Amino acid sequence: MDIDRKNAGQPDVDISALRKASSGGDTPRFWRGLDELADTPEFRNHKENEFPHGANDPDAKLDRRDLLKVMAASAAFAGLSGCTKLPTQKIVPYVRQPEEIIPGKPLFYATAVTLGGVATGVLVESHMARPTKIEGNPDHPGSLGATDAFSQASVLGLYDPDRSQAEIHDGRIGSWAEFQDELSTALGAEKGNSGSGVRLLTPTITSPTLGDQINTFLKAYPSVKWVQYESVTRDNIREGTKLAFGEYVNTVYRVDQADVIVTLDSDFLTSGPGCLRYAREFARKRRVEGPDSKMNRLYAFESTPTNTGAMADHRLRMPASFVDDFAHHLARELGLVVGDVIFTPPPTREQFAWIQALARDLERHLGASLVVPGDQQPPTVHAIAYAINAALRNFGKTIYFTEPIEVSPVNQWDSIGQLAADIRAGGVTTLLIMGSNPVYDAPADLGFKEILPKVPFSVRLGLYEDETSALCHWHIPQAHELESWGDARGYDGTATVIQPLIAPLYGGKSEVDFLAVLNGQASKPSHDFIHDYWQAQRPNVDRFDAFWEKTLRDGVVADSAFPPKQVSLKADAAMQVTPYTVRGLEIVFRPDHTVWDGRFANNGWLQELPKPLTMLTWDSVAMLSPKTAERLGIKSEDAIELKYHGRTIVAPAWVTPGHADESVTVFLGYGRTRSGRVGTGTGFDAGWIRPLATPWIGGGLEVRKTGARWALATTQTQSTMEGREPIRIATLDVYQKNPKFAQADADENPLSLYPAVKYEGNQWGMAIDLNACTGCGGCVVACQAENNIAVVGKKEVMIGRHMHWIRIDRYYEGGVDDPGAYHEPVLCMHCENAPCEVVCPVVATVHSSEGLNEMIYNRCVGTRYCSNNCPYKVRRFNFYLYSDWDTPSLFGMRNPNVSVRSRGVMEKCSYCVQRINAVKIEAEEQDRPIRDGEIVTACQQSCPSEAIMFGNINDPNSRVSKLKANNRNYKLLEELNTRPRTTYLAKLRNPNPEIEKTPAV
Amino acid sequence: MAQIFHRSTNTISRVSIYGAVILIAILGYAVNVVNQTSYVTEVHNARPQPVPFSHKHHVGELGLDCRYCHSSVEDSSSAGMPATQTCMVCHSQIWTSAAILEPVRASYRDSTPIAWTRVNALPDFVYFNHSIHVAKGVGCTTCHGPVAEMNITWREQSLYMRWCLECHNSPEKYLRPKSEVFNAFYKPPADQEALGNRLMSEYKVRKLTDCTTCHR
Repeated sequence: MDIDRKNAGQPDVDISALRKASSGGDTPRFWRGLDELADTPEFRNHKENEFPHGANDPDAKLDRRDLLKVMAASAAFAGLSGCTKLPTQKIVPYVRQPEEIIPGKPLFYATAVTLGGVATGVLVESHMARPTKIEGNPDHPGSLGATDAFSQASVLGLYDPDRSQAEIHDGRIGSWAEFQDELSTALGAEKGNSGSGVRLLTPTITSPTLGDQINTFLKAYPSVKWVQYESVTRDNIREGTKLAFGEYVNTVYRVDQADVIVTLDSDFLTSGPGCLRYAREFARKRRVEGPDSKMNRLYAFESTPTNTGAMADHRLRMPASFVDDFAHHLARELGLVVGDVIFTPPPTREQFAWIQALARDLERHLGASLVVPGDQQPPTVHAIAYAINAALRNFGKTIYFTEPIEVSPVNQWDSIGQLAADIRAGGVTTLLIMGSNPVYDAPADLGFKEILPKVPFSVRLGLYEDETSALCHWHIPQAHELESWGDARGYDGTATVIQPLIAPLYGGKSEVDFLAVLNGQASKPSHDFIHDYWQAQRPNVDRFDAFWEKTLRDGVVADSAFPPKQVSLKADAAMQVTPYTVRGLEIVFRPDHTVWDGRFANNGWLQELPKPLTMLTWDSVAMLSPKTAERLGIKSEDAIELKYHGRTIVAPAWVTPGHADESVTVFLGYGRTRSGRVGTGTGFDAGWIRPLATPWIGGGLEVRKTGARWALATTQTQSTMEGREPIRIATLDVYQKNPKFAQADADENPLSLYPAVKYEGNQWGMAIDLNACTGCGGCVVACQAENNIAVVGKKEVMIGRHMHWIRIDRYYEGGVDDPGAYHEPVLCMHCENAPCEVVCPVVATVHSSEGLNEMIYNRCVGTRYCSNNCPYKVRRFNFYLYSDWDTPSLFGMRNPNVSVRSRGVMEKCSYCVQRINAVKIEAEEQDRPIRDGEIVTACQQSCPSEAIMFGNINDPNSRVSKLKANNRNYKLLEELNTRPRTTYLAKLRNPNPEIEKTPAV
Repeated sequence: MAQIFHRSTNTISRVSIYGAVILIAILGYAVNVVNQTSYVTEVHNARPQPVPFSHKHHVGELGLDCRYCHSSVEDSSSAGMPATQTCMVCHSQIWTSAAILEPVRASYRDSTPIAWTRVNALPDFVYFNHSIHVAKGVGCTTCHGPVAEMNITWREQSLYMRWCLECHNSPEKYLRPKSEVFNAFYKPPADQEALGNRLMSEYKVRKLTDCTTCHR
């Protein structure tokens, strides 16, 4: 475990002194971390020294003699670097030219990536048959052209050199043929008792074809038990619908129809099926074009701070186990609950007034309101939410139901418990594990690590030879989603055929292949299973070949979305309660924002993506509120021991403003012991203290300080802009009275020593609507994939050397206990008066004729003056050879249109100049102007909430010009007169006047 | 006490100081000269190929169009190299037993590609696009030289940045009518400047010297 006993990065902060200072108004309005609020010496050091440790490795010791030697040597070698000769290269054309492939031109294929079985439609960019970039599929209802960080990062997952590359049989390399023999022997022995000793363990299956194959298998062996399990299970959601309607159904929201939205501890904007679409619909209801525009209003009941809570106009902070009762209070205000079913301490007077005001607001919006229960909340909360939605006449308007998208919806936690019991009882002779990793992520008290070796014949199909594979007799390398045929359903049931972009890099087998072997159909190609299934489903299609081609081309199977289903709400839905049993400190388990349940642990892009509210990378933490931390005497980065259900684990503490008091949140997905060279050993395994009984919320946690410190890598205080009010916020009311509030200090005619440049033709610019940004981080990974940005690792992140060209700053506003949290993406501003350009001694950063601030790598000598002079702190320096120039499998992943940077050069956002050039060339060849919206930057493309707009600001009719003409538009650090091309649209909140009094303008 | 240094030290120190300066200057000049030689630039060095393909024969004598083999030159950044199949269109009919064509037949027979030696190469940080140059009236032979006279293909130009900029700064010296772009025997007219200027406005050719035009 990586516990740094001597020197953690974050300083100790006296919270009570801060609280006093902030109530007295002695602190800045916006702040990024408690250490900024306290203005500690460590924070000042971060602020004043962009790279706190200079160019040296903090551990390196170099004396004067060695320094002189190195200087002399580098002077000598610097001269020699000009004497290189291009190596002789080979051109290897095809033997037979495939149709459609034109070298130098990418092709895009429609397919889907899945998370928890649920598909998001994507288009994959393929260069000479190498997939390099994922983009959203505009035709897919769950994507609408956007993507999340997980799907963006799946390209790195595909090329990951740590993926398993061979069949492993009891620790030795085996073969696929040998495996088939052994399997058929094992299954043959079971034939007599119709497979009663066989178990098939899979993740959630929404794939109709896989479902069909499994059913075939179950028909042949009727006594086989099929177990579905995900550690981030959606059991509570399923059980909630059963509680409310008596059957499992799939819930779909229509956020675009809702004017008032209430979340019951839900992060529906950035997590869960359909979140991309929901974020888009939500943001569209917040597009404020002028003082007459309307906005929706979001209320959040919340324990752990989430992106959705940060977007909320009103946020009520409470322990997760209180949400059930608070929902009942709300239901009672709406006249739904009679009698007393409340278990927790009653709300305070202010909380009560809040709930009453919310109830009145909901009643004013019958049929246009929406209550969203949280994924981790117990089924009763879901039942109450449905009851409230029904009472508010939202069914069919803002919420509707369909058949379940799962092939076989079951209670997964019950099934995994049953499986463990069966193994313990010796009733399992053959265990076939398809993808799942129960040794790592099944509830700890089931003890899979101990019981799995007891199974006489166990098989694991998996992407990595991980914790589970190590204990199975057979490990079969799994083909990545981008390598295999398959299908899956989206959030509303829309099916997508998953098509391979590349033949399996490491000889993996797809899930379809694996099930084919079980059914004795090993010789049938996996493509045929998918094709034949859908052909059988569409008997009335005239020419199925044409239908099939269209399906592959579009990325959706036509008419496959489930129609809305009539449900009947049980009369007592709102009366169901989960008795409040939490005693003592509450513990909340959550999927991690970047590695989810651990499946992405070996993905460097996701590991290094700062988590939205803590800005932490490479680690998971135990979050607790400032007040609770104070009571327990815990500070951020203290290594604390968590004891729950008799198990203990050591975790780093993170004091999180806005977290519920008397509650600790821990995140799944870390502490992997066999995930590969990136993921193994990062963070701590919260799953170790997660029992079968309480998968998400429990009470009775014991916390003890160990006295040790655990250094964490957070970017929250790096790249600061010195508190110059970089983010501007007002309420809708203030905005209506003073529409130019964001431009109060704007200077119409700023003076400059430099003559103004006149731009003919195109002039690029960007506008970012802070009202829309949810801070999900999809753009950060999209940029990383598009621009070949390197991963640097935890140590380097700690000293401010992360390489992201776009970062999402998070600002807090208000007191330390419950501040507002706001996100602001910051990338190169492409300043007209760029401070970086004038200080470069070798003219490696210059202005283009279209206004771009260009960075020329092969000219850069690495003085870093430019970065020093950049007020926005968006330049990134390659202190080491961060790009991997050695691993062959990663060569294929890179965007061939962007240079891979080497050590010693500066880099930064280029506005995706390779995309600008590609469109420019196409338009010039066709002798036409570039159309508005034709050039889409990678960040803009991935953004689910359409917060980022890029285009020609010389064209007054372009969408970006129109946004810049909006009176919310402001420039970051305008007083410096850098004249940035990237501008921001101020954020607006729409508070309920009954709850929040509008300050006088 | 005797002099520590002999009188000659004065001369030696002068010679060595000035000599060092001169030596560095000579070295710098020599490096520059060496960098211009065809040893470094590969200019006019015919590169050995697995099959001694003659552009002189195919283009100069038979009159094949460039695009017959380099088929993506008008569509893509890459001009494209012909697949073995393209060779076999003719060579399954003529010269079917010629010994020098055996690698081509073997490639087609065994489905193993032919590994040609690259003649015109740019560093990895340069992003050149064929299609836009062709579309704007830059002829093939302007950069690739008298292809119709090359028995074994050589590099005609250094492909150094200063060479690129010659044309990017004054395209009028090199442009030709679009109809002549693929003409391997094109000779620029005497009044090239006048023609070039006319074509520049007709084809909307701009002098692109932004760094990101080629580097990104």
